[in-house]
Amino acid sequence: MKHVIVGAGPAGVIAAETLRNIDRRSEVVLIGDEPEPPYSRMALPYYLIEKIDESGTYLRKEATHYSHKNIDIIRDRVRELDPQAKTLRLENDAPINYDKLLIATGSHPVSPPIAGMDLPGIHPCWTLEDGRNIVQRAKPGAHVVLMGAGFIGCIILEALALRKVNLTVIEMEDRMVPRMMDQTAGTMIKDWCLHKGVAVHTSTRVEAIEQGAGETLKVKLSNGNELDADLLISATGVATNIDFLAGSGLATDAGVLVNDRLQSNDPDIYAAGDVCQGKDFSTGDYTVQAIQPTAADHGRIAAMNMAGKETVHQGCVNMNVLDTMGLISSSYGLWMGSDGGESAMLCDSNRFRYLNLQFEDDVLVGAQALGMTQHVGVLRGLIQTRLKLGKWKDHLLQDPTRIMEAYLANTQAIGHNAGVI
Amino acid sequence: MLKSLQIEPEKCTGCLQCEVACSYQATSLFNPSISRIKIFTFHEEGRFVPYTCTQCNEAWCLHACPVEAIVVNEATGAKEVIDDICVGCKVCTIACPFGTVNYSQNTGTVYKCDLCGGDPECAKACPTQAITYVDSDHGGLERMRAHAEQNLPQDAQ
Repeated sequence: MKHVIVGAGPAGVIAAETLRNIDRRSEVVLIGDEPEPPYSRMALPYYLIEKIDESGTYLRKEATHYSHKNIDIIRDRVRELDPQAKTLRLENDAPINYDKLLIATGSHPVSPPIAGMDLPGIHPCWTLEDGRNIVQRAKPGAHVVLMGAGFIGCIILEALALRKVNLTVIEMEDRMVPRMMDQTAGTMIKDWCLHKGVAVHTSTRVEAIEQGAGETLKVKLSNGNELDADLLISATGVATNIDFLAGSGLATDAGVLVNDRLQSNDPDIYAAGDVCQGKDFSTGDYTVQAIQPTAADHGRIAAMNMAGKETVHQGCVNMNVLDTMGLISSSYGLWMGSDGGESAMLCDSNRFRYLNLQFEDDVLVGAQALGMTQHVGVLRGLIQTRLKLGKWKDHLLQDPTRIMEAYLANTQAIGHNAGVI
Repeated sequence: MLKSLQIEPEKCTGCLQCEVACSYQATSLFNPSISRIKIFTFHEEGRFVPYTCTQCNEAWCLHACPVEAIVVNEATGAKEVIDDICVGCKVCTIACPFGTVNYSQNTGTVYKCDLCGGDPECAKACPTQAITYVDSDHGGLERMRAHAEQNLPQDAQ
């Protein structure tokens, strides 16, 4: 059996390792189109602040990890998939055939339709190569414009601030991280950044970029202002890497469409990670989540199914955690609430503390937290186990900070549990 | 045979000596707020619940880590954070459904129970044996069965 995996990010690497562990005699081939050993984009902000060097971003630290596991790594780019011939055509190497194929090609930054986006000094922050380019220009005191304050923008924001650049953030929506936090929390994150000396303009667009004096850029904003910049970082969203599937007959929408085995409409082809439109635990809908824990789950479950060990994917809880210059935020599941649900909220804007819980009956279905770093994972646990909170839901409506007690009271030997354990 | 922490909340008096011992072992500070084991207080029931990582087989934290900073100590079965490799991204803190991996803003890394390398200080410090370090399968099956039966609907019992 020959397993071929396209994409050497977390989903691809975990799938390759899982296949090797459960199917020792099969051939496992991992194709990636970047020159470095498989690395984590999640770690790039920490590379930018020189907390780690390039090797600190590598998914696996041992240089011999892949050869030791007998996983073949091919550095090339897949141009075309031919499912009838079960063949991949590559940019440089000879075509490669497969018995089972995993598409884990992730996503790429989308460049917004703005005049001047092709000028030098404009970079996304997506690859290690982008990271090197940003380090070159983001020197202390340099004027840097960050376009986009979504999750990726915000995670880079912290790194840029620590590099002591003169930073301006432009976000076209009305708050920061609009797809992760609500109006209250997103506005608190903005206020926090302003307190820390970062200029943040929400409900503002970049209208055009022109060459300025020397190597600088002129950035024209929708509010009429004009900024001089040594560097513009574009973080305005991503799209899945599915272009190479055009004409293959593989069903795609926002990403590769799969069933609850992560199997595409071709039974020998699976998808995992950011490129995969997989099941969402909370809604039951199939969506592209593009988060690290989902990539890890997908990689493992797709590999199990590829190796013939049928494993049903229950759906992943959409969740994110973000550190914006020391203010830590996280959100889970149906953080925006659900129809007919109830919510509990605690908000202290002056101290930058916020906790918002969303319930359906006595089950937690979503949450947002700001300024909280202790035991936050239990929010995921409560959502994913659909634990019935009973009277503890009323306690939480009074005081949402008691989530750990609510969890323990329903699972440990106290109260009504004490007699049986 | 692997050993694990057995926690019997009904024996806990809430003295917090485990938290003091844990924080001192892990950080050389007597600071219960950064202890890896925590005592939760239930005033209404008059109960205390010691709580820490169970070193679960699923190891959500380990699988979610993007830089291989959480590894299994083969001798103890503990999932350990390697401070030098942890970048502080916090993905493990939201991935652990038990809420037992926490982030420290002082160190810029995450921390969790590592069973003190096989000689847990909390168990040694506990004066009432509410926390003991025992063979992993000791009593576990009976406890799980009792709990499962409790959660069955009445007519199924």
